Amino acid sequence: MALTKADMAERLFEEFGLNKREAKDLVEMFFEEVRAALEAGQQVKLSGFGNFNLRKKNERPGRNPKTGEEIPITARRVVSFHPGQKLKARVEAHAGTQRQ
Amino acid sequence: MTKSELIEIIAQRQKHLSYKDIEFAVKTMIEQMAQSLASGERIEIRGFGSFSLHYRPPRMGRNPKTGEAVPLAGKHVPHFKPGKELRERVNLNVAQEKSRPADQQTMPREIQ
Repeated sequence: MALTKADMAERLFEEFGLNKREAKDLVEMFFEEVRAALEAGQQVKLSGFGNFNLRKKNERPGRNPKTGEEIPITARRVVSFHPGQKLKARVEAHAGTQRQ
Repeated sequence: MTKSELIEIIAQRQKHLSYKDIEFAVKTMIEQMAQSLASGERIEIRGFGSFSLHYRPPRMGRNPKTGEAVPLAGKHVPHFKPGKELRERVNLNVAQEKSRPADQQTMPREIQ
């Protein structure tokens, strides 16, 4: 089972006395503001979790894997996530088998 | 944008909850996400992206000081895959930006 927005809203509702509507809106707003900042070209740093950075990629040659035809992959901006030390340490301690 | 700036922005948009409440809620959400990954569970946020764990197999490392070989255990590392909406929005202005002066490319949101 994966963690979803609904799970996060549920927790705010339970622990925090927000009504369900408010909890859902708050979770939505949290992710929307992170998206908006990235869209505006800003790096996002969430201490205790990690940083979302933006990287510019130049145009590069690509290929349609089906037809083998060459098509350029256009220049683009992409999001990359760098987990912080604290999160990495917590995840590293997770002794599980390969599952994902 | 830092966590405290994010809290600030949400507090401004959400007049019925206090700054303190928003601060606690944001910290709770981030902690819940970290907990989820720490327990080996994925995170799936539609329109934003998904976080999962990638496995790094055990390998031989080296102590950079002594040159001595050290066995390193396998471990999991967090991985983020941006969702469709995030990918598209982040890339939206890139085409137009090329024709604009470089100093206008990234305008902090707060002063817009």
